[in-house]
Amino acid sequence: MRLDLILRVGAKLVLPFILLFALYVQFHGDYGPGGGFQAGVISAGMVILYAIIFGVHAAKRIAPPIMVEMMVPLGVAIFTGTGVASLLMGNNFLDYTGFAHDYLHAHEWGILIVEIGVLVTVCGTMVAMFYAFVQRGRS
Amino acid sequence: MIGNPSAEAFVMAVLLTLLAAVTLAIARQRNMFGVVILSSIYSFLMASLMIVLDAVDVAMTEASVGAGISTVILLATLYLTGSMEYPQRRSVAIPLFVSIVVGAALVWGTIGLPAFGISDAPIHQHVAPTYIDFSRKHDMPPNIVTAVLADFRGFDTLGEVTVVFTAGIGVLLLLQGGWRLGGSRPDDDTEGDDEI
Amino acid sequence: MELLKTFAAHYNYFITIFLMISGLFIVIARGNLIKKLVGLSLFQTSVYLLYLTPAKILGGTAPIYEEGYKLYSNPLPHVLMLTAIVVGVATLSLGLALVVRIKEAYGTVEEDEIFAKDPEAE
Repeated sequence: MRLDLILRVGAKLVLPFILLFALYVQFHGDYGPGGGFQAGVISAGMVILYAIIFGVHAAKRIAPPIMVEMMVPLGVAIFTGTGVASLLMGNNFLDYTGFAHDYLHAHEWGILIVEIGVLVTVCGTMVAMFYAFVQRGRS
Repeated sequence: MIGNPSAEAFVMAVLLTLLAAVTLAIARQRNMFGVVILSSIYSFLMASLMIVLDAVDVAMTEASVGAGISTVILLATLYLTGSMEYPQRRSVAIPLFVSIVVGAALVWGTIGLPAFGISDAPIHQHVAPTYIDFSRKHDMPPNIVTAVLADFRGFDTLGEVTVVFTAGIGVLLLLQGGWRLGGSRPDDDTEGDDEI
Repeated sequence: MELLKTFAAHYNYFITIFLMISGLFIVIARGNLIKKLVGLSLFQTSVYLLYLTPAKILGGTAPIYEEGYKLYSNPLPHVLMLTAIVVGVATLSLGLALVVRIKEAYGTVEEDEIFAKDPEAE
């Protein structure tokens, strides 16, 4: 894999746009197709493409395994924390009405935070699974 | 309103027939690399079909998950397990019989379902109009799927995220958890310049 | 003619059933564990189709609100299947991880050989 010049340069050109597209899918999910699940998978796909082209060792420098493994429970914690926060404000579990002064803003905030929780868990899980499978062959 | 209903139905019929053909090829193929690539093609066809069925969010997910992540993970598994399936020793008569009986029962049950694509089927009468009207009345995000996913049915999504979390923990325990039984953790490979 | 009309109106369901029983057949008939998992995911994909087919309204549009459109396809099955796809790949990976462990323990992923090596399986 050392001499695949076109692959390496091409991947370097494409990678930032994949990440940008993931962020677009994440934050434009209210207005077009997209959301946390899709964005999480696309950004995990970026890390996997990087690992396939440049080696797993290089990928572990941009996405350290410990960080990836922390992301798996962190997203669930963000999601549940949103629910608990709405409970503390006197509403039902995951009823975002108390987050801002008017109904629309409160629910947009709620959806945004929850989708970030989904993104973190899905991205972390996919990359962690990929690392686990790839590491297994060389131990 | 948009497009021509009969053109939509035609495109859908072509895609469905292609899906059936790819499925037959998967069932007959013995080389596991072929199976993985065919299942990737299957996912792309399925994603196109989902766009015709108006499920744009689902199509995006299927294209990135089915054709992307699951293909990569299947290939990584093939690297670890080998790629040829042995010739079959058992007879296929009984499985074929079971499948055909189940299929016939399902076809018999399908005849009573409402025809495809009509707007007054029971599924469109109860909860879906409520979601659409409520999110319009309160000016919620235009993408109704996102509104239902994260707001109306947030608890449902919390459950799904928990399942993803649990499956991820399970994979990590199965493939990296040997360190607890006395060995060292199979981590931090020494050289890192390799394809999967 | 009436029969042909019924057939055309239910073509989606028939293909869905065909995909479903192909998945079932692969799971029962094939001995290779990875092939079994691929069959299982075929079965699962046919369930996506089973949910999305009734949600479609011919002449409707995707459920994203825009001025001027009145008829939207049903968003609820889309939400259910969206999460099911991601959960599906997570559980597929769990199954593949089990296959990898079986390969390391028995040296094969063919069901017959695993049974032959395992004296307690009989």
